[in-house]
Amino acid sequence: MTAVHLGMPAFPASPAFPAFPDAAREAVRDDVLRANLRHATHTIRDKRARAVGELADWDRLRAAGKAVKDHTLAHLDRYLLMLEASVTAAGGTVHWAADADEANRIVTDLVLATGEREVVKVKSMATQEIGLNEALEAAGIAAYETDLAELIVQLGHDRPSHILVPAIHRNRAEIREIFTREMGSWGRPAPADLDDSPAALAEAARLHLREKFLRAKVAVSGANFMVAETGTMVVLESEGNGRMCLTLPETLISVVGIEKVVPTFRDLEVFLQTLPRSSTAERMNPYTTMWTGPGPSKGADGDGPSAFHLVLLDNGRTDTLADATGRQALRCIRCSACLNVCPVYERAGGHAYGSVYPGPIGAILSPQLRGTGSPIDATLPYASTLCGACYEVCPVAIDIPEVLLHLRERVAQGGPVTRRGIRVRLRPAHGHTAERAAMRAARRLLDHPGALRAGERLLARARRLAPRGLPGPGRAWTDTRALPAIPAESFRDWWARERGSTRERGTSPRGRGTPR
Amino acid sequence: MSSKDRILARIRRAASGPADTEIPRDYLRVHGARTPAERADLLAAHLTEYRAKVHRTDEDGLPLLLARLLTGSRTVLAPPGLPPYWLSAADATRVHDRAASTPAELDAVDSVVTGCALAIAETGTIVLDGSPDQGRRRITLIPDHHICVVRVPEQVVDSVPEALERLDPTRPLTWISGPSATSDIELDRVEGVHGPRTLEIVLLDTDAQWGPCLPMSP
Ligand code: SF4
Repeated sequence: MTAVHLGMPAFPASPAFPAFPDAAREAVRDDVLRANLRHATHTIRDKRARAVGELADWDRLRAAGKAVKDHTLAHLDRYLLMLEASVTAAGGTVHWAADADEANRIVTDLVLATGEREVVKVKSMATQEIGLNEALEAAGIAAYETDLAELIVQLGHDRPSHILVPAIHRNRAEIREIFTREMGSWGRPAPADLDDSPAALAEAARLHLREKFLRAKVAVSGANFMVAETGTMVVLESEGNGRMCLTLPETLISVVGIEKVVPTFRDLEVFLQTLPRSSTAERMNPYTTMWTGPGPSKGADGDGPSAFHLVLLDNGRTDTLADATGRQALRCIRCSACLNVCPVYERAGGHAYGSVYPGPIGAILSPQLRGTGSPIDATLPYASTLCGACYEVCPVAIDIPEVLLHLRERVAQGGPVTRRGIRVRLRPAHGHTAERAAMRAARRLLDHPGALRAGERLLARARRLAPRGLPGPGRAWTDTRALPAIPAESFRDWWARERGSTRERGTSPRGRGTPR
Repeated sequence: MSSKDRILARIRRAASGPADTEIPRDYLRVHGARTPAERADLLAAHLTEYRAKVHRTDEDGLPLLLARLLTGSRTVLAPPGLPPYWLSAADATRVHDRAASTPAELDAVDSVVTGCALAIAETGTIVLDGSPDQGRRRITLIPDHHICVVRVPEQVVDSVPEALERLDPTRPLTWISGPSATSDIELDRVEGVHGPRTLEIVLLDTDAQWGPCLPMSP
């Protein structure tokens, strides 16, 4: 196959996004950001470990979640058709969108058809991914984010920096300032005497949004799960803004990635146990809403929207599916646990990833959904120390380090990829000599499992320290990106000393421990 | 070619993967063995941990308990299928939910009392399915005070798998685990962002053999 130039990526990285190392370097200098992030990620990760520890069968739930998703992905055509049939039978309408533009067009047309010019939104990664708010705005439709964090981000003309807590880079003083300055131009202004206690800020958001909820006629949401067999849609949330949007408006439009389908209602028993614990470290999130079409029992007596539209979104997902190693990223249930344990995320912050998907999952998802054509997407596979912590916490056992290495190899050496459904051969990226060298270094490490294991353990221990490069065989691999520093003792010395006691216990080439 | 055909064609070209594996279902159906009383205790403990207020009573004590919990509420909304005796001792003016009730009208209601479809002990969750004693989704969402009555032991299950198999997916299902909450500002938990600020759960003892239950909280 000859090399071809790749077309526009499906959801292009903005040209404004610098390569990851550059973006990260800036963030690492921002002390407030780093302090906020460290506090957040450490708090959530410690709580999460306790919540997960409560379930004796966590490993089995994790294996089941992985298997359900793999099975679904292997028969995705069948389950999507089944889903379409069940949603349609329940009175909903299903639309298929091959890319962001098409999805935005479908949603815009649906909103315009209602005669409304504003919509309330439930936090959704998929609609952020396609830039729906901007597309609606261009069509003269105002989209109001109703999740508190998303509201903070939207009012602050900002970008989200975390999957679960998108405004975690903002502290209370900044939030007060944003509310006071901006709320008035979007609707009900913030109280004149607003203080910066979280309770007062939440109350200001409640009043500001309630006015919108009570009059909204159209809502836009995503979904955490879609059940093929029954057509049931599932949204998990905490604040009640989701329930408001999913219940009060007359028209509900849900934009959902095709990978969110699960075969049976019973399958939810796995994810309703693993997602809340892995995400917010709770036994269960405060609110979960499930609906199956608008349904006569709902529409007719005014309980829930009387029109339901489901927009099934591809936007690079089928291309990701075509990659046997990379497709496991489609198992992701967006719990954000991998962000909270990642030493690189903790220092770089979410914005450095140049995508709505930050952290380890973003580092493997964005370059697959968008292709590796932009500087940010070409460098994202290097935004990791390969310490393996993300894999260990992932509730659907996505081997993120494995995919990172796979993508590094693709960037550095080129190879076959699928873009927009067409198989092409990617040329080795220009200007990635360093990465090629890095790949070689990585290879060497992989060929020497003892070295890798020692290096990883070292990194794990050094996570709290300031970033620096990895010495020894890993230098070329790390000198262009932020890494946790390691103790004074050199890698080689440490390895020599440790070697005797860490002689290979297994034959796994990567030597990460099995997940607990 | 429609986008549907295009997406399906891409999937069919892409999804040639390894042979299908069985989905392992060897995870636990229930985490631990409990008597009905222990199950109710666990439910109460988990709900309390999520800052719901939990009360216990029997059929005879229910009207007085509800009257007490409604002290200070001028209006109380009740779904059509709520047993009339539940609110027989309450002073609050009873408001009926009608299809035509607007969100703004509901916003003016002080409290709402409902039953539930079931409750899950291991997670501290109550599930509503829109049955006549629970009413429409919106009535437990807009008023600021929700009192939910759970019949013990028959409506309490241990676990999520047990709950799902008793629920009908075609009904509108609302799972509630504690009152509305957010941790979006510096991870400080704040209750009552949009949903009810106060969630009170009444565990209604319907099994005479249990003997009288002591109230959980004053
Ligand atoms: S990759 Fe795994 S850990 Fe990370 S957000 Fe997705 S499901 Fe959670």
